[in-house]
Amino acid sequence: MPNDNREKASARQIGAGWLGPRLDRLWDAIERPVEWLVRLCGYSAILFVLAIFVFVFLEAAPVLPKLDWYEFFTSIQWRPTSQVRVQYGILALVVGTLSVTGLAMALAVPLGLGAAVYLSEFCSGRLKEVLKVVIELLAAVPSVVWGFIGYMVVGPVLMETTSAEIGVNLLNGGILLALMSVPIIVSVGEDALKAVPDAYREAALALGASRWEMVHRVLFPAARNGLLAAVLLGVGRAIGETMAVLMATGHAIRIPQSLVDPIRTLTATIAAELGEAVERGEHYRVLFVIGLVLFGVTFAVNLLADLVVKGIGGEQGN
Amino acid sequence: MLEWAGCKRVASWGWVLCVVFLSVAGCVRGRAQPLAVIRVEGSDTMVNIAQAWAEQYHRSHPEVSIQVLGGGSGVGIASLIAGNCDLANSSRKMSEKELAEARAKQHVEPVEHIVGYDALGVYVHPSNPLEEITLEELAEIYGEGGTITRWSQLVPWPEGRNDHIVRIGRQNSSGTYEFFRSVILGKKRDFARGSVDANGSKDVVALVARTPLAIGYSGMGYQTPEVKMLRVSPGRGKPAVAPTAANALNRSYPITRPLQIYTLGQPQGVVREYLQWIYSDEGQKVVAALGYVPLR
Repeated sequence: MPNDNREKASARQIGAGWLGPRLDRLWDAIERPVEWLVRLCGYSAILFVLAIFVFVFLEAAPVLPKLDWYEFFTSIQWRPTSQVRVQYGILALVVGTLSVTGLAMALAVPLGLGAAVYLSEFCSGRLKEVLKVVIELLAAVPSVVWGFIGYMVVGPVLMETTSAEIGVNLLNGGILLALMSVPIIVSVGEDALKAVPDAYREAALALGASRWEMVHRVLFPAARNGLLAAVLLGVGRAIGETMAVLMATGHAIRIPQSLVDPIRTLTATIAAELGEAVERGEHYRVLFVIGLVLFGVTFAVNLLADLVVKGIGGEQGN
Repeated sequence: MLEWAGCKRVASWGWVLCVVFLSVAGCVRGRAQPLAVIRVEGSDTMVNIAQAWAEQYHRSHPEVSIQVLGGGSGVGIASLIAGNCDLANSSRKMSEKELAEARAKQHVEPVEHIVGYDALGVYVHPSNPLEEITLEELAEIYGEGGTITRWSQLVPWPEGRNDHIVRIGRQNSSGTYEFFRSVILGKKRDFARGSVDANGSKDVVALVARTPLAIGYSGMGYQTPEVKMLRVSPGRGKPAVAPTAANALNRSYPITRPLQIYTLGQPQGVVREYLQWIYSDEGQKVVAALGYVPLR
C-alpha cells in the first residue's frame, strides 16, 4: 500500500506538471473506469477464445454425428469430391503436419537456443544490438513472402543439391518453418537466460567452471522453464502456419518416405479447399472439423507446456 | 488549452465537411443508379469469367448492373427454369429432362449460346522426350491403381536418368480438377492419391517448368516458353491432336468442352445487348485473358 500511494503521488506530480493542479480530481475519477477497462481487456481474451471455439464448433456440428470417426483418423484417403466414394481420412494430413513441424523443430531448436546463448552470454556491444535487430526483422517477414522464397529459391536449390524430384517438399517446408520460428525461440530464450541472476554466473565462474560449463550446468537448469516456453512457442508457430507450407510443401496427400517427399498439412488443406467448398455442405463442415482438431492439438500443446513448466517449478520448489 | 480547443473546432468542421462531401457524392452516384439488373447464375468453372465480363461491361455501361452467382451448372439451370435468373452459365449441355421442365414451366425453348471453350493442355518439362499421349495413358498415370509410374513406360528414356513420373494436379474443389477427371477417368474412377496439388492454373505450369520429371494439366492459355504441351490422342491407335485453339474450336482436341450460357427463348433488350458484347472482340478478349479458348 505505501508503495501504491507513492506511485499515485508521483503520478499526480506528473499530472500537475502537465495539465495543471485542477485536474487532480479528474485524475482520481478516471482511475476507476480505467481499472475496469483494463480488466475488461483481460477478460476479452477468454471471450474471444470461447467465441471462436463456439463458431468453429457450430459450423462443424451438423456433420459430427454422421462422420465415420474411425475412417477420419485412420484412413489416408482424403477424397471430399469423389464421385465414386467420398472419403474423409486425415491420417496423411496429420502425419504431414507432424513431420514438417518435427523437422522444423529439429532445425530450429539448436539454432535458436544457440543464438540465444550467444546473444545473452558471449556477445556484447554493437554486434549484439545489430544481431537483435536483424533477428527481429526475420520475425517481421510475412509468411506469404516465406512461401515465395521456398517456391522460388529453396526449391530449385534442393533440386540441385539433393535427390528431390520436385522442389516443393517436406524439407523445403521444414527449412522455412524453422527460419520462421527461430526469431521467437531466440527472443524468448534470450529473455529467459537474461532473467537468471548474475550471482549464479559469478558463483559458477568462481568455482572454476569454464563459460561453457557455466552455460550448460548452471544457466540451462536455472532457465529451463523459460527455454521450454521458447521451444513450445516455436512449435505453436510451426503447427499453425498455413501460407508458407501451402506454397512450399507440395500439397500432396502422402505419408512421406524421405525428407524430400512432398506432403500436405492440415492447415494448408483448409486454406486450399474452404474457398471453393459449397458453403454449409458436408465438405465445408468436415474442413471445420479439421479446424476443431487443430484447435485441440494446439490446446493440448499449451496445456502440456503449462503442466511441464509447473511440474519443473514444483521440483525446484522442493 | 486554447490551441487544443482550436484544433477540436477544426476537427469538428472537418467532420461536417466530410458528411457534406459524402452526401453530395451519394447524390451523384444515386443519379447514375443502374436502370437494369441482369442476374447470372451457374457453373463454378465459369464464375470467374462471368465476373470479369460483368465488371468490364459495367464499366462501359454503368446503367446495367450484373449480379453473378456460382453454385454449379445444375443450380444455374434450375434457377433459370424457375425464372430466378436471366442467364444460366453451364459447363455441360442441358439434359432432356431439364429441357422438358423448362418447356412445361416457362412455355419457351431454352436457347444455348456457346461463348468460348475450356481446353486443358497436358504439360511436361521441355527436356522430356515425350511428344504425344493418349487419354488411356493419362488415365493410367493419374487414375487410382494406375499402371504407368515411369516415363520409360511411355518413351525411350535416357539411360541412368531418374524416370519416376511426378504427377501435378489441382486442389479437389477446382473445376479444372473435375473436368480433367471426367474426361480421362469418367465417373467410375478416382484420381490416385499423392499428386502434388497446385492451387492455381498458373502454378501448375510454373511447377512443371521447374520440375524435369513432372506432368501437369492446366488451361491451354497458360502455356509459357518454359514448358511443352503434348499432343493428345482421343484413344489408342487414333492420331494425336495438337493442342491449338483451332483444334479446340473444331472439337478435335479431346480435352475440350464448350462454355455455354442458356437463356429462356431468344434474349431480349439489355440481356441481348450483353450477350452481343460477350461475343464482341472485347468480350472474347476476357475469355483469352482468363486462359480459356476464345471463339476466334
